[in-house]
Amino acid sequence: MPGFLKRDPLDFLFSLITAVASLSVIVLIGGILYVLVSESSLSIKKFGILQFILSTEWDPVREVFGAASTLFGTLVTTVLSLLFAVPVAVGIAIFITEIAPNPLKGPIGTAVELLAAIPSIIYGMWGLFTLAPIMANYIEPALQSTVGRMPIVGRLFEGTPMGIDLLTASVILSIMIIPFTASIARDAFNLTPSIVKESAYAVGATKWEVIKDVVLPYSKLGVFGGVVLSLGRALGETMAVAFVLGNKHQITGSLLDAAATITVSLANEFTEADSDIYLSSLYYLALILFLLSFVTLAISKLFLLKAERRYSR
Amino acid sequence: MEVWKKMREIEVEVKGLNFYYSGRVHALKNINLKVYKNSVTALIGPSGCGKTTLLRCFNRMHDLYPDNKYEGEIIFKGKNILSKEVDPIDLRSRIGMVFQKPTPFPMSIFDNIAYGLKLRGIKKRTELSERVEKALRHAVLWDEVKDKLHTSAYDLSGGQQQRLVIARALAVEPEVLLFDEPTSALDPISTAKIEELIVELKKDVTIVIVTHNMQQAARISDWTGFLMLGELIEYDRTDKIFTSPSKKLTEDYITGRFG
Repeated sequence: MPGFLKRDPLDFLFSLITAVASLSVIVLIGGILYVLVSESSLSIKKFGILQFILSTEWDPVREVFGAASTLFGTLVTTVLSLLFAVPVAVGIAIFITEIAPNPLKGPIGTAVELLAAIPSIIYGMWGLFTLAPIMANYIEPALQSTVGRMPIVGRLFEGTPMGIDLLTASVILSIMIIPFTASIARDAFNLTPSIVKESAYAVGATKWEVIKDVVLPYSKLGVFGGVVLSLGRALGETMAVAFVLGNKHQITGSLLDAAATITVSLANEFTEADSDIYLSSLYYLALILFLLSFVTLAISKLFLLKAERRYSR
Repeated sequence: MEVWKKMREIEVEVKGLNFYYSGRVHALKNINLKVYKNSVTALIGPSGCGKTTLLRCFNRMHDLYPDNKYEGEIIFKGKNILSKEVDPIDLRSRIGMVFQKPTPFPMSIFDNIAYGLKLRGIKKRTELSERVEKALRHAVLWDEVKDKLHTSAYDLSGGQQQRLVIARALAVEPEVLLFDEPTSALDPISTAKIEELIVELKKDVTIVIVTHNMQQAARISDWTGFLMLGELIEYDRTDKIFTSPSKKLTEDYITGRFG
């Protein structure tokens, strides 16, 4: 580390400040992890690891807690929102990078970024007062009378459409993660050198063929990294989901039922936690979410790194 | 002078060509030249002279970007390829192109070569493999890759990748091949191989090559055009250009007085 060696004292001071700033991040992460583990130790001791994760029980009165129902809500809303968001986001990215005429590229890109800048509480309010009634009155009944009639798949749309359910929450979440996925996908597409695209045109490919055969394969690792990154965001999103999910600890087969996610129960229940074991169990949920987010972030970084290394020569 | 007689037939004729980037920048000014069949035509000149711009007119590459404008004619097979009726996609399968850097696609060696064929609707496995092998042999790459056709094209060396790209262009059996400084990213040995290949290929295709390397133009071309500031200063047989150019500017350039 050449910057660390004496020479100019001012230089040394500057190096020191930047180093301290960077190290503080690591200390902070370590500290948070420590608090999470120590606060949840009571619950870990009482319920164990596998048992806690697999138990659907969440009963503050009897003081029995398990993470399965909130994990279920978290995973279902996350996966569904990705399912809705990724095709739209990739479409937006393709349009911006490859298809849109120059004067349109800027405005659309900015609009997408603006979508990312809207605070999540506003999504939550909009979801509760606008989207939920639309879902309950039009979209969900329509789904019930069409796909709902099919065997097997129909199970997913049983129940009274209330608009406060897994489906609505996933739609809100997907709108929130579209900008992230789209902008990462756009960056990934831009990694495709124009000379490679031109050579595809030069062997007689059409625009669609160039996108399908060159741009998409070239950037699939990057896009995948972006998808996992959005997954991390969807996992951790709280406010928007809290408004439209109902916070009901249950595992349900229907997307039209209320449910709870880890984040939503944390937001709702800390104030109600009247016993040590209740509080400790909430910390335990937080710890699980922390690790889940950490792993997804690590995976996405790995993919993005691999994508960069593979083609940057 | 036998060889000159054989190469009398005109393959492509450029007539009064003007080209404008973004509708404003006048990049090519009244270019007239004849490209002869089964010959190698080199375009030389200082950076920014318009040699690459001219090359990219031959396969309408400029169409990919908005507001570029052609004026004049490029006659190929009796038709003006700059006219709206000519489909650039179709044109590009008859006039192929190789770029400054090797540009393999993110797929296997086999699929890289087969790509152009598949675009043209050839689906039969046997025909595909036949034509892939033929193209690879043609580009003198077959012996080096025949055992690993289904591995990624990125695993090849730079020189091999460039021959792969040439094979890919050859696979659709074009009449003309355009080379845009094909050796500028390669080491001397790979460069020599590509040059040898180009000379060999002119038996079957007509070649136009842009090069910043005058020795290369002198070594491999039959005809040379010297461009400066968007104008074709001189166009003649290569030996004439390099031994007794008729214009002072050409002489100054090839003797290294500028550029």
